[in-house]
Amino acid sequence: MRHDPVKDPVAFIDQRTSTAPLLRKALRYLFPDHWSFLLGEVALYAFVVLVATGVFLALFFEPSLSETVYRGSYEPLRGATMSHAYKSAVDLSFDVRAGLLMRQTHHWAADIFVAAIVVHLMRVFFTGAFRKPRELTYLVGLTMLFVALLEGYLGYSMVDDLLSGMGLAIGYAVALSIPFVGGNLGLLVWGAPYPGDPTFMSRMFIVHVFLLPALLAVLIGIHLALVALRHHTQFRRSDPRASERRLVGVPAFPGQAPRSLGLMAATAAVLFGLGALVQINPIWLWGPYETWLGTNGAQPDWYLGWLIGALRLVPGFDVTIGSATIVPNPFWGGALFPLVVLAVLALWPWIERRVTGDRAAHNLLDRPRDAPFRTGFGLGFLTWVVLVFFAGSSDRIFVFLGVSYTAQVWFWRFAIWVIPLVVAVVTVRWCRALQRVEAVEAQRAAAEL
Amino acid sequence: MKTLLRRLLWIVILFRSVREKPPEVPEERLVEPVEPRPGAELLVAGLLVATAGAAALAVVAYGLDWSTQAFGGALAGALVLLAAALVVAAKTFIPDEQLDEEYPPEAHPHEEREVARIVRESGQGITRKRLLGGAAGLAGGALGAALLSPAISLGPVFDTSQLNESPWRRGVGLLDDKGRPWRADDIDDGTFYTALPEGADPKLIGSPLILVRIDPAQLHLPAGREGWAPEGIVAYSKICTHAGCAIALYRNPLFDETEPGRALVCPCHYSTFDPAKGGTVLFGPAGRPLPQLPLTIGPDRRLVAAGGYSGPPGPGWWGVRSP
Repeated sequence: MRHDPVKDPVAFIDQRTSTAPLLRKALRYLFPDHWSFLLGEVALYAFVVLVATGVFLALFFEPSLSETVYRGSYEPLRGATMSHAYKSAVDLSFDVRAGLLMRQTHHWAADIFVAAIVVHLMRVFFTGAFRKPRELTYLVGLTMLFVALLEGYLGYSMVDDLLSGMGLAIGYAVALSIPFVGGNLGLLVWGAPYPGDPTFMSRMFIVHVFLLPALLAVLIGIHLALVALRHHTQFRRSDPRASERRLVGVPAFPGQAPRSLGLMAATAAVLFGLGALVQINPIWLWGPYETWLGTNGAQPDWYLGWLIGALRLVPGFDVTIGSATIVPNPFWGGALFPLVVLAVLALWPWIERRVTGDRAAHNLLDRPRDAPFRTGFGLGFLTWVVLVFFAGSSDRIFVFLGVSYTAQVWFWRFAIWVIPLVVAVVTVRWCRALQRVEAVEAQRAAAEL
Repeated sequence: MKTLLRRLLWIVILFRSVREKPPEVPEERLVEPVEPRPGAELLVAGLLVATAGAAALAVVAYGLDWSTQAFGGALAGALVLLAAALVVAAKTFIPDEQLDEEYPPEAHPHEEREVARIVRESGQGITRKRLLGGAAGLAGGALGAALLSPAISLGPVFDTSQLNESPWRRGVGLLDDKGRPWRADDIDDGTFYTALPEGADPKLIGSPLILVRIDPAQLHLPAGREGWAPEGIVAYSKICTHAGCAIALYRNPLFDETEPGRALVCPCHYSTFDPAKGGTVLFGPAGRPLPQLPLTIGPDRRLVAAGGYSGPPGPGWWGVRSP
């Protein structure tokens, strides 16, 4: 018998798994050709880089709060008492070859992972890709965004530098602030009143390096399976073959495979390039954390900026009955605000269905102007969150421009409600105007025929 | 000899051609044909060789421990070249097909109905659905609770009284972060000091104090706190009552005309407290004043606590009682 280097391995697999028909289909699975469909892939490949660099880091990081004296090669910290966690993270940066590259690439990848998810979510939202039959895909994606936020927060909290400590103190206060269960919840998670039981570090470690990554991997699998089962959405286009019932696209093989692999290589290149050349979170400058230490100008990673902004904007009050506190202040900005954002986004497919009465399945995407209500609401909602985010950097604005911090906070306390409303109204009118222009253009084109 | 060999070769070739089947009718192509692009192939080959070169450079950079920038830069360079090779290949000699296909059917009404029927018919022998359902729910709930109950070991869930504990009592000395006692004369006007309790865990939320000295003429402590600030030295919990960060900023303006008055400020969310008025909130999100600790000057002019805090230290929770 003749040897066929392509068919023989396929036959070997097929005759043992009966999967040739599936493979045949998978090779010709169609990907519609549009750049915005690659945003989710960027997130996926950032996750791949996160896992790869994270495994390296986990081989050197010591998740322990027991104290030691630093004797490594970074002169300014020599002789300082610190936890093994912080020491091993500093050692990773100075004394493990390629350690700093891995640490910085991991941190950059986390920032870009969340950014890619957010931009991908915006694409899905503003094109109506979340509509029937893809609501489950959307919900799984939204879940991944919030899991990614928690995962990132735990990642920089484990290092036990000053920035970690300040972030954890805030996290503890937010947990405590939840009405009726907060105190119990805080004790359950931390194991003891703050800074908590020594085992709290082990808890963060197992959740950061195993539970949440495994959860993300499973959710990514479900997300992709859901996409594939219903096939991709597509834009209305000039190709006459494309319709609600017919999909036009590039097959997975050979067309899409080199493009997607090229995107993976490019994503990894950017992340490693940033990790090599652009410093991020220089933990050796922050120093070890103690409960009584704090520093001005401490900034979390960008994806937690909206929570800092919300925590800062809420006016100073606790909800009390007599002398008993019911709702401590951090609840509003730290817990309720993100929950409202999550709830609105999660319920949106059903809210829109109720408002528009459109219950049909959709494979063709809207342009933002095609759905003025959705686009107006979405842009207003996005503006709300982004303004709260900006309000969180009022202290930096004060440092750079000298604008009074108090005045800025008072401005934002009103502006975050007014500006989104204005944006929403203007957007709806703008979309309608664009629609009218198109109608006129279409009439003229018809008349000129 | 040579001719013999040549004849033998001919015979072999003849045999093979006889054995081979006649050429089949060419099958219809599954993949669209593309024009060969030898130039592009050469370019891709060049990019792949360059990728290998950059990767090799990365290995050398690692081996010789050049620098993070050299190793990471070479690695990133290799990845960029690989991406370029793949994209050039995709744009040139790899078929660029735009195919179309039917979307999967919106629904499978027949199968949906059959699944429902299978479930229904399988349960037709059950006469007491509610009883069985209730019992199964009970079993599931109880088993779930039993499996989850070990999670309670994670922390003293029900003992929330610890949340606002503080080691400060009458007679506990104030130490600095090196364990040396603070004396009244160490506390200057115009800056702040951190104090930790003698003989207690300094890391607890109830432990750290912030000390400032204020001219007694400018001190307006709430009623009942007379004598809490000997020589104008006031002590407050250093942990913000908003979100638990350390109060690490002291606003102490030299010119009252240009800046608002002195204040203790938390750098996390800028809760601002008035040290001259018992730690009341001036601005920011904090909902409770900073707890004040009564001080006294003991033997050897050491600073010593004269009692406990005026309120619960640290961030609030639903059971916190403020005075």
